[in-house]
Amino acid sequence: MAGNVRGLMRPGGSRADGSRAEVAGLDALESQPAIRESALRRAWASTWPKVIAIGIVLLLWQAIVMTRLLEDYVLPSPVDVLGRLWAELQTPQLWGAVATTMRRAAWGFGLATLIGVVIGALVSRFAVLRAAVGSLITGLQTMPSIAWFPYAILLFGLTEEAIMFVVVLGAAPSIANGLIHGIDHIPPVLRRAGRVLGATGFAEYRHIIVPAAMPSFMAGLKSGWAFAWRSLMAGEILVVIAYRTSLGQLLQVNRELSDAQGLLATMLVILVIGITLDSLVFGTMERRIRAKRGLLTA
Amino acid sequence: MRPVPALAGEDMPALTRGDVPALTLGDVPDSPAALDRDAGRVTVLIDNVSKVFPAGSGTVTALEDISLTVREGEFVSILGASGCGKSTLLNLVAGLDKPTRGSVHRAGDPSFMFQDAALFPWLSVERNVELPLKLRKVSRGERRDRVAELLEMVQLTPFAGRQPHELSGGMRQRAALARALARDAEVLLMDEPFGALDAMTRDILHDELERIWQETGRTILFVTHNVREAARLGDRIVLLTSRPGRVAEEFRVDIPRPRRIEDPDVAALAAVVTARLREEVASHGR
Repeated sequence: MAGNVRGLMRPGGSRADGSRAEVAGLDALESQPAIRESALRRAWASTWPKVIAIGIVLLLWQAIVMTRLLEDYVLPSPVDVLGRLWAELQTPQLWGAVATTMRRAAWGFGLATLIGVVIGALVSRFAVLRAAVGSLITGLQTMPSIAWFPYAILLFGLTEEAIMFVVVLGAAPSIANGLIHGIDHIPPVLRRAGRVLGATGFAEYRHIIVPAAMPSFMAGLKSGWAFAWRSLMAGEILVVIAYRTSLGQLLQVNRELSDAQGLLATMLVILVIGITLDSLVFGTMERRIRAKRGLLTA
Repeated sequence: MRPVPALAGEDMPALTRGDVPALTLGDVPDSPAALDRDAGRVTVLIDNVSKVFPAGSGTVTALEDISLTVREGEFVSILGASGCGKSTLLNLVAGLDKPTRGSVHRAGDPSFMFQDAALFPWLSVERNVELPLKLRKVSRGERRDRVAELLEMVQLTPFAGRQPHELSGGMRQRAALARALARDAEVLLMDEPFGALDAMTRDILHDELERIWQETGRTILFVTHNVREAARLGDRIVLLTSRPGRVAEEFRVDIPRPRRIEDPDVAALAAVVTARLREEVASHGR
């Protein structure tokens, strides 16, 4: 430190050394040390509030059951439902249903992403297309996907295609919109910077536009997933395909048998899968992207 | 340190007529322009350039009959009050925009630095600096060496892995400077790059920029509205008028380097230029 001071004060001293010290000093004053919280600590911090919330819900549920306002075959106790879920988890039937549903979800969501990206890229690139279908995309998003099913069944019959059709229609618009929104909101200075650095044509898409649009695109994927999952459940309840048990179909069967325990157990499975993908998969990806860019507030 | 008469309107040789490709200019040693005034190769030649923008039902003339010759390794400060079309001029030189009349020639595509560092927030500091190399398809090994060298030059080596949002404003501008240098262009255009920084940081960055300019031998066109900054950095100061932007006067800066912002000579020159600038600004109030 003393050396730095002397270097700065001595007018005849080495200018370069003085300048180096000044820069280093300013950097030290202006930059904060990188704070890295341990992963375990962060996981715990985000987990315990959820655990308590679930506990409260289960307690309330139990409390309602204990008032005996509802019959046991309508509202079984949480203990019974969780017990039933445990028992079901030992059977191949539930796992088969999960596998069928997840396969459809993966295909449907994958296809929706592909179509959404193509449409989003085209619409954001060509003004004519935007004028033509821009508002239509948003309009499609507001259309309840279940309203498509009667027509989808008419088109495709009681088939996988009918389900896929509606899942894609449900998810693709919000994925396309996420991409369009992301591209529209790229700060112009970044595109200019890219251009003067030599990013043109395809390189501009690869190195500037796609990464710059990523946060908004991720948000689109996340809501696209939510739409896909809802459409899929509706589809599986309406479009029953023989010999192919799915989660939606399990719900339907349980209702027909007035099996409230089975019904609630299946609903729990659907809820858990939905939450897991939404918060663990898409939530984590989104958070990572935002944190890297300093877009997370605390 | 005496003001020199304006160069505007100086007759440019026939070379500048027609569509000479930008790249060839610096490569023709026998051309009259290159031999002009003995001081080395011309890297930027702005020849009678005017720029007119449509505005509402009429038009606005942003630049009128600007001529400017910049030579290899020169540091030219372009100074003016608001509305003088400084940024328009840089955009024309960068090739981001086309002149309405006249022509602009430069030795290769210039590199550009903005007032906003415009670092890509999804890339770390080193990846930002690496991008122009990647875009020029420089090999991986060479990229690594070049990035290390550039980061060392702007003294950001300890922050190579940081994201832009973790840096201070001054550090971001240094990273942007390293990235601009990675473009390996002969001409570096700077559009008020230190305008948003605090005075202390700005003074230190002046020292840094002067050092790096001398080390790399680039031609720099530096746009600013800060008279002291223009005098502290430039070999020449080109003072532009406002609406339309014309070259009002040119000042040659013969103060020995390295300079400091607090040098009395810098202050004295700044006073002369400021007086001229005030005259120019006042003329718009009449």
